[in-house]
Amino acid sequence: MKIITGNRLSDGRVVYFSAAGQWSVDMGSAQRLHDGETETVLAAAQSLVHEIADAYLMDADPVNPSDNAPKDDMVSQIKPAGRTHIRETIRAAGPTVRPDLGRQAKNP
Amino acid sequence: MYRYDEFDHTFVRERVAEFRSQVERRLSGDLTEDQFKPLRLMNGVYLQLHAYMLRVAIPYGTLSPRQLHALADIADKYDKGYGHLTTRQNIQFNWPALVDIPDLLDDLANVEMHAIQTSGNCIRNVTTDQYAGAAADEIEDPRPWCEIIRQWSTLHPEFSFLPRKFKIAVNASESDRAAFKFHYIGLRLQKNDAGKTGFEVIVGGGLGRTPYVGMTIREFLPPEHLLSYLEAVLRVYNERGRRDNLYKARIKILVNAMGLEAFREAVEEEWLRLKDRAIDLPEEERARIAAYFSPPSLLSKSLPSKALSEIEPAKEEAGARFQQWRKANTVAHKAPGHRIVNISLKPVGGAPGDVTSEQMRLIAGLGEDFSHGEVRTTHEQNFCLPHVHESNLYAVYTALDVAGLATPNIGLASDIIACPGLDYCNLANTRSIPIAQRIAKRVAARGDEEKIGELKIKISGCINACGHHHVGHIGILGVDKKGEEFYQITLGGSAAEDAAIGEIVGRGLSSAEVVDAVERLIDFYTHNKTGDERFLDAYRRLGADAFKEAIYANA
Repeated sequence: MKIITGNRLSDGRVVYFSAAGQWSVDMGSAQRLHDGETETVLAAAQSLVHEIADAYLMDADPVNPSDNAPKDDMVSQIKPAGRTHIRETIRAAGPTVRPDLGRQAKNP
Repeated sequence: MYRYDEFDHTFVRERVAEFRSQVERRLSGDLTEDQFKPLRLMNGVYLQLHAYMLRVAIPYGTLSPRQLHALADIADKYDKGYGHLTTRQNIQFNWPALVDIPDLLDDLANVEMHAIQTSGNCIRNVTTDQYAGAAADEIEDPRPWCEIIRQWSTLHPEFSFLPRKFKIAVNASESDRAAFKFHYIGLRLQKNDAGKTGFEVIVGGGLGRTPYVGMTIREFLPPEHLLSYLEAVLRVYNERGRRDNLYKARIKILVNAMGLEAFREAVEEEWLRLKDRAIDLPEEERARIAAYFSPPSLLSKSLPSKALSEIEPAKEEAGARFQQWRKANTVAHKAPGHRIVNISLKPVGGAPGDVTSEQMRLIAGLGEDFSHGEVRTTHEQNFCLPHVHESNLYAVYTALDVAGLATPNIGLASDIIACPGLDYCNLANTRSIPIAQRIAKRVAARGDEEKIGELKIKISGCINACGHHHVGHIGILGVDKKGEEFYQITLGGSAAEDAAIGEIVGRGLSSAEVVDAVERLIDFYTHNKTGDERFLDAYRRLGADAFKEAIYANA
């Protein structure tokens, strides 16, 4: 499964392309894409040039209930997968060396 | 230090206004990202993992307290209350919003700062010895020459679109504190047999995926010909350097492809055409710029002279900690009665090079009160107060200690250079900072850092080598292996006057293994060193195989 992510143009914040055709800071709201539809949706996401600095596909997996993710975790419905899973987990949460910053912080 | 004239002020303001317009056009959709990206990079604006990053130029690492106060205010107003010192003596802010950056740049311009040429394929910030103007072993202050190169290279029409970025360093002491042999052009001020001052010119050094120690292209260049000679080197590179392959585009590749002799002949031929065409500065202009760097009147800010023993703290424990700090973090000054104070940004468990806005304000205040209005940044990601009277050392130490800035580890195992790595950087394969933090904690737990002595550990999160791992006594390179973080160790590198590129000693280690391996290297060294032998010297004596065995024992 793939989702589309990018950085918001105005402030660079990490965002995900939702099924409603909008950019959201919530990874859980990202549109789940499968073979055959990725390029079309990516083109639609990239067409919003005044909203997004870049946009690309990333691998993701649904969160298995056995993963014990907290219910209010922002990646509770989807988690990064594949070779870039560390990078995308850090993008989603914030720097691992600064838990007070990024989405992982209670008051970022 | 150098002060802007009317031309400089106008130029920087106009540049900010131009960028403001470019940002507005991008936000409105008039410019695409592909069109905008080279424009933002020309103004030091990167897009990293979490946000935009702005790299601010600190020419040759020299700051006034007023400028450092302004950087602290910027950290609070536009960022998240901290900045990060880089290995080019610059400072980066990790979280500014694009919409705010034009205002941020205006605030920088108020204190004669900018972010021009901190990115892009141009001549970057010229770096030098952080002890310039203060070092006991210095021939002369190298900063006037850095400023001359800065002015010559800023928006130089011929060299604004080079095959790749271009880095120049100037050193003026026997000790190399500027890593000048690993620069694309390294300049070493020296005196010849006749007592004249001139430059040894070194070309083709560099780190990255293909590291080289630079080679001497000219043993002695009379200083009045500096600019024409630099122009000749840059012209040969600009005309002949490869542009078809990003990884083959740097001058080090060209020098090695042509061979040093052929490259030298090409430069000399070009220089003969250039050197009488008034590119070089007239002496009166050199003297005008040099006057900005006149040494301070060192007696004016000193307390009445006291013997050091009189001003040391009465309590034995505090006194011992102060003496440990004095030994590790201060060095001899050229003026009697003064010391150069290094301010460590490597607290145990901290992120190397990170500094909070409050710490910046404290350092600015100390620079104002105790260092004749000067603060320096170092390429090893620390600060430095260049001119502190001995009688003020304890006051400076006490203030730094309260702010967590007095870790006595300069040049020691926990004074680690680390790139931002995968915690921030868009190019990184692995994290760097957590490895540095774990090594520092491990070393602190041993309690023998001072006894271990000089040990340069440098960590890069990818092959671009921003953490200078190739020149670490122990270098650590992060590599991606099927989506997991691994770390390749190199040994025996040095960025100092005994320049060397470290040797790769075996397979990569997992994140869980690498800190244990570093400790085994330290143990092997401490058990096998002779006398005061440094880690690097023990490595050179005993060889890679002996140390390799230590790395992989139990791994």
